[in-house]
Amino acid sequence: MRSAPRVALWGVAVVVPLAFLGVFFAWPVATLVGKGFVVDGHVDLSGFADVFSAARTWRIVGLTLLQATLGTAVSVLLGVPGAYVLFRCRWRGRGLARAVVTVPFVLPTVVVGVAFRSLLVDGGPLGFLHLDGTFAAIVLALVFFNYTVVVRTVGGLWERLDPRAEQAARALGASPWRAFRTVTLPALGPAIASAASIVFLFCATAFGVVLVLGGIQYGTIETEIWIQTTQFLDLRTASVLSVVQLVVVSAVLVVAGRARSRRERALSLASDRPVDDRRLRLWHRAADGTRSPWGGDLVPALVTALVVVVLLLVPLVNLVVRSLRVDGAWSLASYRALGTVGDRGALSVTVWEAAGNSLRTASVAAAIAVVVGGLVALVVSRRPRRRLGRRAVGALDAVFMLPLGVSAVTVGFGFLVTLDRPLGIPIDLRTSGALVPIAQAVVAIPLVVRSVLPVLRAIDPRLREAASTLGAAPGRVLRTVDAPLAARSLGLAIGFAFAASLGEFGATSFLARPDAPTLPVAIFTLIGRPGAGNYGMALAASCVLAALTAAVMLLAEQLRGERQGGEL
Amino acid sequence: MSPTTPRATPGAGALEVQDLVVRYDTGSRQAVQAVDGVTLDVARGETLALLGPSGCGKSSLLRAVAGLEPVASGRVAWGGDDLDGVPVHRRGFGLMFQDGQLFPHRTVAGNVAYGLRSRGGSGGDGPAGGGRVSRAERDGRVAELLELVGLAGYGDRAVATLSGGERQRVALARALAPRPRLLLLDEPLSALDRGLRERLAADVRAVLHATGTTAVFVTHDQDEAFTVADRVAVMGGGRLLRVATPEALWREPGSREVASFLGYQAFWPADDGLLAVGPDGLRVVAPGARPTPDGVWPGTVAEVVFRGGTARATVDLDGPAGLQRVVAVDPAGAATLGADVRVTLDRDLCTVVPDPERAPGLPARAAADGRG
Repeated sequence: MRSAPRVALWGVAVVVPLAFLGVFFAWPVATLVGKGFVVDGHVDLSGFADVFSAARTWRIVGLTLLQATLGTAVSVLLGVPGAYVLFRCRWRGRGLARAVVTVPFVLPTVVVGVAFRSLLVDGGPLGFLHLDGTFAAIVLALVFFNYTVVVRTVGGLWERLDPRAEQAARALGASPWRAFRTVTLPALGPAIASAASIVFLFCATAFGVVLVLGGIQYGTIETEIWIQTTQFLDLRTASVLSVVQLVVVSAVLVVAGRARSRRERALSLASDRPVDDRRLRLWHRAADGTRSPWGGDLVPALVTALVVVVLLLVPLVNLVVRSLRVDGAWSLASYRALGTVGDRGALSVTVWEAAGNSLRTASVAAAIAVVVGGLVALVVSRRPRRRLGRRAVGALDAVFMLPLGVSAVTVGFGFLVTLDRPLGIPIDLRTSGALVPIAQAVVAIPLVVRSVLPVLRAIDPRLREAASTLGAAPGRVLRTVDAPLAARSLGLAIGFAFAASLGEFGATSFLARPDAPTLPVAIFTLIGRPGAGNYGMALAASCVLAALTAAVMLLAEQLRGERQGGEL
Repeated sequence: MSPTTPRATPGAGALEVQDLVVRYDTGSRQAVQAVDGVTLDVARGETLALLGPSGCGKSSLLRAVAGLEPVASGRVAWGGDDLDGVPVHRRGFGLMFQDGQLFPHRTVAGNVAYGLRSRGGSGGDGPAGGGRVSRAERDGRVAELLELVGLAGYGDRAVATLSGGERQRVALARALAPRPRLLLLDEPLSALDRGLRERLAADVRAVLHATGTTAVFVTHDQDEAFTVADRVAVMGGGRLLRVATPEALWREPGSREVASFLGYQAFWPADDGLLAVGPDGLRVVAPGARPTPDGVWPGTVAEVVFRGGTARATVDLDGPAGLQRVVAVDPAGAATLGADVRVTLDRDLCTVVPDPERAPGLPARAAADGRG
């Protein structure tokens, strides 16, 4: 058969990601679930009974849900006006504001935790609010992270939304507010729902931020799994909690999947390039010449300015400032100390060595994530003609999206309990350090898929057909049509994967060997140790990590070119 | 309407389509039969228009010929060779889409050259062209084609900067560049506005003739079909209703269905079937003028429109088929709104189609095989 090599190639494209995710995702997770249900070879649900009869469990589950709900609600309430101001209006400085808004999302969770802590701690600039170690501080930090997700997801649709529907409503006599409420808001609905479900997911699985800010009083299922494993060495309870976490995440994923498919349909209604955005007009000018703030852009502009300055910029600027202050004076001492192992040997290596470890593992992780995630996106973007093929692609789509909801802690913990004898081979991968980049790749793969897949799906199938009728064999179609059009998103995907791996803390905290910590692990260790010197080093190291991540993302955004917004 | 003799003669067939059936798998239990047993052939150098309302299966037929749609049963052959199992890129059939589908990441020249490089690169096993095209040859061919479609010097332009009409010209040049043995055009002008469409239809015909390209042109616009094609195939409900030269098709639509699609406005009982009244077949009788001997009926004017230099009156006519709303030309400007007028028939602008009620089972399919 002529198409035999083609079938073989597609087979490889399907099998490689399936095998990778099977060994490094499905198997550890399944084992983990099994540990909760099975004791000494027979099913035993007493673990569930024990865990669920503990008041502590219910408190943790309640806190997780409450924190995710609040974080999501506040993010959406603040994010929608932000999407309008940053993506629908034209004003000087908008590009810079968009960049500022993007920074928090790619910041490592540990850095955000440290930044908020240094802001709110007694003696910090906002210490008088006494928010350190409170629930409010955690929610604020979660909003700090996820504001971007709402702004960019909603803004990505909004900037391409055909304004003529709203203009038609205005011509029919609707006030600006009514036109927004009855025409624009319903059109944005799917994007808002999609953003909200993703934010809920991120909030419910938040780990680093909560671990740094929550102290012993507040936690999530994620931090509880970590505490049970590393502090109490209670693997059974941790397994049961992992199962609970999986249930929560799967439920959110189902909702998110529905919202996403509705949004993809909504996007098809929008134009494929940004429509002419209008000038930002703060005041509404009535026919008689009087100015009123209602109906103008003043309210959303003020809300957005407040969020950007107070919630986003102040913690970041404060982090930098505090890293440069030692004993009440300006000093680079904290940065100089990065070449040491900290006061009283807090670390096993210097911070610079940890940074080197981070860069090395992140490079490997990004490479794995881009290959595997790229193959996943390629396979799932196909639309086979036969029903069997379509069903197969649909099934693969669902299977490959599972790790989207993977909590990093579950991956790390899963590796810990399974990969001592991978596939029965007596090599303890856990001591080799090879697991760290693999775990980071598993966490980064969904990011890659979600950057590349929408672009591949958006390519009109007739464009490929046009190439075929011009005599291009399937390989050449892939090379000359799909590849160039997806190249930019691939650049962005590499950036995302690299940045995510660089800041990855949840899985890495389980897997990094004590003698080879990554930068986030080193930061976490430093803030846990006493001494102003160690704390200063943690602040300086956080700045270094933030700068590294920001540089990577900046490079990726350059590759992305003029395409703005869209899914994160 | 240019009177052209049919060039298709049996034996000279280049494209042969036999009993072709295309089904769409809609995901539910029922499959939709888009093309329902169509038999057709196209001679070398001939342009055949596939005419029909949207959803009649004409695009599915075209895509099946291109190899983009699986054939449920039947046969597509070129020069006697069955094309079953031959993938799209080895058929040597060009395809031009309604919206061009230019490659957005390539320049105009890059788009036109795409198929040239392809043919060379595929090891010369392509049915047309063959052999590697040198850079100079390629550039020459690109320039030649851009010249042909009236876009000389546009080579370095980005496709995003082109207007709708220019895009379609580039798409035509791109499809013609590899010298396809058959060019398939899927409503190539439908997205354009009327004036441009008419101009481009004439240009497409000129280009197809100049290059001697065999072509199948899908459209729902009969004027376009009549302008471009040597023969017109009318489709409806997945079936082929009639194939004929534009003139013959107009003179003998063969069935009421085809006639009404062509614009025949009324069907009145006649001795030998149904009298199909052409769009201009009725005329308002000016006061003092004499009606034709073919008949005259009274009516009331419901509307008058002035279009293309002639007034046309919409008349509620008390005609041979009872009270009926028709359109009558009004060269003398005699009709005013609400006026009672007399309307006469111009037999030369009418035709006769079989009456399905009087001769059941005879019409559509038998008349469909109306070639040559």
